[in-house]
Amino acid sequence: MKKRHVFHTILLYGACFLIWVPLLIMGAGALMPEDELYWRYLSPLGLGRDRVRAALIPSYPSGDSLGELLIRSPGFFVMFWNACIQVIPMAAGQFLAAAPAAWAFARFRFPGKRLLFGIYVILMILPFQVTQVSNYLVLDGMGILNSHWSLILPGIWSTLPVFIMTKSFETIPDALVEAAYLDGAGEFYTFFHVGLPLGYPGIATALMLGFLDGWNALEQPVTYLKDKNLWPIALYLPDIAKDKASVAFAAALITCLLPVLIYLNCQEELEQGVAASGVKQ
Amino acid sequence: MRKKMIPWLFLAPSLSGVMVFMGIPFLDVVRRSFLNAMGTTFLGWDNYRAVWNNEAFRLAAGNTLHFLAVCIPALMAVSLGLALILSGMAKGGGGYGVIRTTMVLPMAVPAASMVLVWKIFLCPEGVFNQFLSGITGQRWEIDWAFSGYAFPMLLMTYLWKHTGYDMILWLAGLGTIPGELYEAARMDGAGSLAQLRYITLPQLHGTFCLTGILSVVNSFRVYREAYLLAGSYPDSSIYMIPHLFAHWFLNLDIQKMTAAAVMVTAAFLLPTAVLWIWRKGKA
Repeated sequence: MKKRHVFHTILLYGACFLIWVPLLIMGAGALMPEDELYWRYLSPLGLGRDRVRAALIPSYPSGDSLGELLIRSPGFFVMFWNACIQVIPMAAGQFLAAAPAAWAFARFRFPGKRLLFGIYVILMILPFQVTQVSNYLVLDGMGILNSHWSLILPGIWSTLPVFIMTKSFETIPDALVEAAYLDGAGEFYTFFHVGLPLGYPGIATALMLGFLDGWNALEQPVTYLKDKNLWPIALYLPDIAKDKASVAFAAALITCLLPVLIYLNCQEELEQGVAASGVKQ
Repeated sequence: MRKKMIPWLFLAPSLSGVMVFMGIPFLDVVRRSFLNAMGTTFLGWDNYRAVWNNEAFRLAAGNTLHFLAVCIPALMAVSLGLALILSGMAKGGGGYGVIRTTMVLPMAVPAASMVLVWKIFLCPEGVFNQFLSGITGQRWEIDWAFSGYAFPMLLMTYLWKHTGYDMILWLAGLGTIPGELYEAARMDGAGSLAQLRYITLPQLHGTFCLTGILSVVNSFRVYREAYLLAGSYPDSSIYMIPHLFAHWFLNLDIQKMTAAAVMVTAAFLLPTAVLWIWRKGKA
């Protein structure tokens, strides 16, 4: 029994090790001066061919590349703000559209409910490229291609948040909702004062996943935004110029900083929200 | 009468948007899939035949099925294994929180941030080849991301990113299994394998469906890693439906795209419908 416990612990920490090593390599790269980066990572940076000398800790720690990126690369800032402009209204819109719909799916019986929910699930699964034709036609018709709106508007109607929030609302005990009705609360009052507070973990989870997905999005901006001045931060690295290669690791670090901070802050909600979605069928 | 309207009032904001951005345009896509490029002549099934006989489509569809068939079971098995081990650890015990936080962390890291690191491992002068040269004594100079091994590399990035999220789903499911079941089984002399087989796995049925669905949703996002690592024209073993659509989109090949979009949607609709009817029959 004791032996097995040791084996399990080693296995779990082994898995964590596999996660930490790539992240540490990235972080170390962000703190390396230019010449160390060229010495270690000439091939991965696409600048030449030389043996890779991977390191978890920089030999000569320096804030040069971070400084270069944050102070002398205005383009990077523009893309950072573009991402915020695109993702934050999208997540807010997802909340406004998805929360009431999820409440309807979770708490009401109405004809066609299962079919409709099935359609939502299919839409959630379909890869972007498949719905892209339809989306493109609408955005073109509305004349909002090549603007922030072309990412925000379709993003709002993603059905994944509806799915996750529905699962979360379903776990609210019926007794609580009925008690509210008995006290004379109307449908909307109940939604705002019982549903939203008790479904909060699921809502937070859905919005966080929406935020992460929007922040990572590559396909949508590449397809809908011709003007590179509108591109979000996720496209900075794929599009980085050769002479800026030394700030690539720093850019990688800054790009993941905001989503990681949000995850660490919302971790508890995420676990409760995921738990809610996993429990009831 | 008023009571009947209430759910639809709640649904209205979401439903109207979904109709405008997905529903109606999809009907338009279906319509166009039967017409010629100008949208003037009815062609019947011609576009569908063209897509079906298209070699790139067959390659991409086959690879996508292959990827789903390998990656989703792998992801679900690995995450379930880790969840089982982790749930065996004392909750307050040392490291429990750290392990959980660590496992989910990759989900928050954008694909673009990791590409350089993957290249450090995979490039011809990279860590993998150095390691293999070290143990075999021969020179290894494979460009892993572009070689016939691109598929396992993609699987690796997929597992790295999504295992934690699935693990939390499994943990949530495990948390709902009543402890008495295990106690009763132990009284009857059931070993830990028997408990897993007869209690844990059957009780996880609901979580299994949910984890499966969400894993499929995530599996298509692997295109980002594939695109960033290997570009728009990767090794043929990882050329998938998203690559194909991206190319057709660039060439403005509307006929093929519309027909293929309908076909892919139908491919998802069919198993879902079967599953739905099957579950309805059981209930």
